[in-house]
Amino acid sequence: MTLVIEGKALTQDYHVSAGMFAASKTVRAVRGVDFAVERGKTLAIVGESGSGKSTLARIIALIDAPSGGVLKVDGQTVDIGRKRLTSDMRSKVQMVFQNPYGSLNPRQKVGDVLMEPLLINTPMPADERRDRAEAMLAKVGLIPEHFNRYPHMFSGGQRQRIAIARALMLNPALLVLDEPVSALDLSVQAQVLNLLADLQDEFNLTYVFISHDLSVVRYIADDVLVLSDGVAVEQGPREALFAKPQHAYTQQLFAATPVTSVAAIKARVERRQLARAALSP
Amino acid sequence: MALLTIKNLTVRFATSTGAFTAVDGVDISVSPREVLAIVGESGSGKSVAMLAVMGLLPDTATVTADELIYDGHNLLTMSEAELRKLIGREITMIFQEPVASLNPSFTVGFQIEEVLRFNLGMNRKTAFARAVELFNAVGISEPETKLKAYPHQMSGGQCQRVMIAIAIASNPRLLIADEPTTALDVTIQRQILDLLMDLQEKHGMALILITHDMGVVAETADRVVVQYKGRKMEEADVLTLFENPQNSYTRALLSALPENATGDRLPTVADFMAAEAKP
Amino acid sequence: MSETVVKLSDAAIRRQILADFWFYFRQNRGAVVGMWVFLGLVVLAVFAQVIAPHDPTQQYRDALLTPPFWQEGGRIEFLLGTDAVGRDMLSRLIHGAQYSLFIGVVVVSIALVGGIFVGLLAGFFGGWVDTVIMRIMDVILAFPSLLLALVLVAVLGPGLTNAMIAIAIVYQPHFARLTRAAVMGEKEREYVTAARVAGAGTMRLMFKTILPNCLAPLIVQATLSFSSAVLDSAALGFLGMGAQPPASEWGTMLAEAREFILRAWWVVTLPGLAILISVLAINLMGDGLRDALDPKLKRS
Repeated sequence: MTLVIEGKALTQDYHVSAGMFAASKTVRAVRGVDFAVERGKTLAIVGESGSGKSTLARIIALIDAPSGGVLKVDGQTVDIGRKRLTSDMRSKVQMVFQNPYGSLNPRQKVGDVLMEPLLINTPMPADERRDRAEAMLAKVGLIPEHFNRYPHMFSGGQRQRIAIARALMLNPALLVLDEPVSALDLSVQAQVLNLLADLQDEFNLTYVFISHDLSVVRYIADDVLVLSDGVAVEQGPREALFAKPQHAYTQQLFAATPVTSVAAIKARVERRQLARAALSP
Repeated sequence: MALLTIKNLTVRFATSTGAFTAVDGVDISVSPREVLAIVGESGSGKSVAMLAVMGLLPDTATVTADELIYDGHNLLTMSEAELRKLIGREITMIFQEPVASLNPSFTVGFQIEEVLRFNLGMNRKTAFARAVELFNAVGISEPETKLKAYPHQMSGGQCQRVMIAIAIASNPRLLIADEPTTALDVTIQRQILDLLMDLQEKHGMALILITHDMGVVAETADRVVVQYKGRKMEEADVLTLFENPQNSYTRALLSALPENATGDRLPTVADFMAAEAKP
Repeated sequence: MSETVVKLSDAAIRRQILADFWFYFRQNRGAVVGMWVFLGLVVLAVFAQVIAPHDPTQQYRDALLTPPFWQEGGRIEFLLGTDAVGRDMLSRLIHGAQYSLFIGVVVVSIALVGGIFVGLLAGFFGGWVDTVIMRIMDVILAFPSLLLALVLVAVLGPGLTNAMIAIAIVYQPHFARLTRAAVMGEKEREYVTAARVAGAGTMRLMFKTILPNCLAPLIVQATLSFSSAVLDSAALGFLGMGAQPPASEWGTMLAEAREFILRAWWVVTLPGLAILISVLAINLMGDGLRDALDPKLKRS
């Protein structure tokens, strides 16, 4: 029951300059968030735009240093504001981004995209890097023929697979996924979610999965954290949260999510027929 | 009698690698006061089909159809001037990216009044009053103040309300909404969809809702058309579609929904399409 | 994804990218014409020794100021006539192409390398680095380019090399600004963050990740600067501060021919025409490049 990642009282402030003559404002994007994720589990962070979820994702992925609070990876306190990240620590936490069309360098061949993390962080020789990259490509469901191509030759779903492959090259313990399927079609989303589930089983990965889509969250999460305006308004195990949401915001989210059950549709269609009949007798 | 009848619509684009068929022989019809959802994934041609009806496609597109009839008018044979009386007045459209659909250099008030004055021939005072009225109708608070705001000062949801206001200004009989809530948060999506349904009832408009989200379809549609790779796969009323889908692609879409997952893995379209012959 | 995938070699991919590029470039007819003219110039310059009928410095004492062959008094062996000391115009013009291309390439290379480096630093680091660098660039830009080049040449001494260095310094801010703007735009993109997460350091981020994505506007600016360099060095040559006689650089030829405007129009007009045609061709080509590079952004 090891905790792969733990955060306590994390805060993030942004300084917004208001021109030459006014004092700069401070916007607090994340306010005192606590969380912890066990190895092999998935924590879903749910929030809408402006909730601070992407800011929190960047803190967890060791991209930005938090303004306050403590972040522990594998029991070790990490503070990138103070000290540069070691290769070892950088390898532990990797990230998959939301936009499959923006997260791959358009001028870099896919093979190079995959080999780059190894080139930077390990003393591996070139042919070994290439073997590892080709193996990972196969693991995410692509073929060796794709090795030499540029990102614009792939579809959104394939690009996201490449992004996942890149994130796994360093054998991370934790993968931060920032809305990885939001920009994908429904059927492609299903493929990518299946892939993520398979990889999690095979490599015993821990996921921090950010999403605004409650149906996806319900499907993949073990624990859920609901973020509103930088505050973690509710968190807990998935079943408990979905069965009985406590906080008003969580309830609002549930109420707003479209329901696709046949019963709900039947009820709505009947309501509408009645309303229309009343209008034109 | 149907309000809009489309028969055998085909749209081809000229590209550097040859002709690309975006829409392939699609039949669609909408009755007055009806909500039709056109659902499909990217590449299904759902947006292109409606853009073709509105005449908003670039020159590289070739549009052919057996029938393209709106309220008895044959859109294929009408002149530019006659088309302009229909498109933008009786048939209007709203798009996916609300902030990008508005001109960033002008206030929203200027933009809606521009439509009212030049499209509907109102004078400045009447246009202002009508703009305030429309902003109230779409639920924008403090309309007089908001009219002076620029698009980047407003949220995505508010910009979409402005777009809807512009679209209903002429009391259209048909409103086409192309993924109007895809770029919005789920709570704002709920508000916008409720607004659209509300306006549809109040004004007696027909509404064509283009979306890739089955949830939106479930909550809003009367009838549904499912498109895949430019072709129509299935057409049914919403209850039949969800309860008893006939086409394998529709079934694939419905079972790919995470809320319908019945095990560890989500079935994919490939699983379905491989097992059955295409129509 | 059920298309049959073929293993594409590097060469095949390069060919595909070139084919795509050519498809869009071809649509601008002026650009294609400009390209052919430019290629013609390159051929002339490279094979000048072989193509030119005479040695450009050879003075034919018996044929001073001979008009072109279609005029009265013209001779077939001097197709475009001769200048005041009897040198064949056609051969001088052909060798002049060498100078112009050489000047264009050298000037643009220096300005490009310097400008990119400086622009990268300014765009990537921002803050006071950006401020200092951009103010220096602003100072350079505030001077009329020819005047600044003249001053530099006056300090360094007249001659082609110094003229080229002076012009390159004057062009550098354009590249610096373009690079800086492109870098600032690309810096916030997700693939840069992704490279950071993969562990990339500052050097790698700047040169290997961001720079290749900023090249399109730089390439276009390079072609335009090429033609400006040809013009500016001709101007300097005309003022006597560039290539010195007896070099057959087009601008220098113009300078020597000033007094013959009325007497022998071909000595003045032909070098001027050569400058005009080259600059026009390169500019047309540059316009076409702008449309053809990154076409995916424009036609989706």
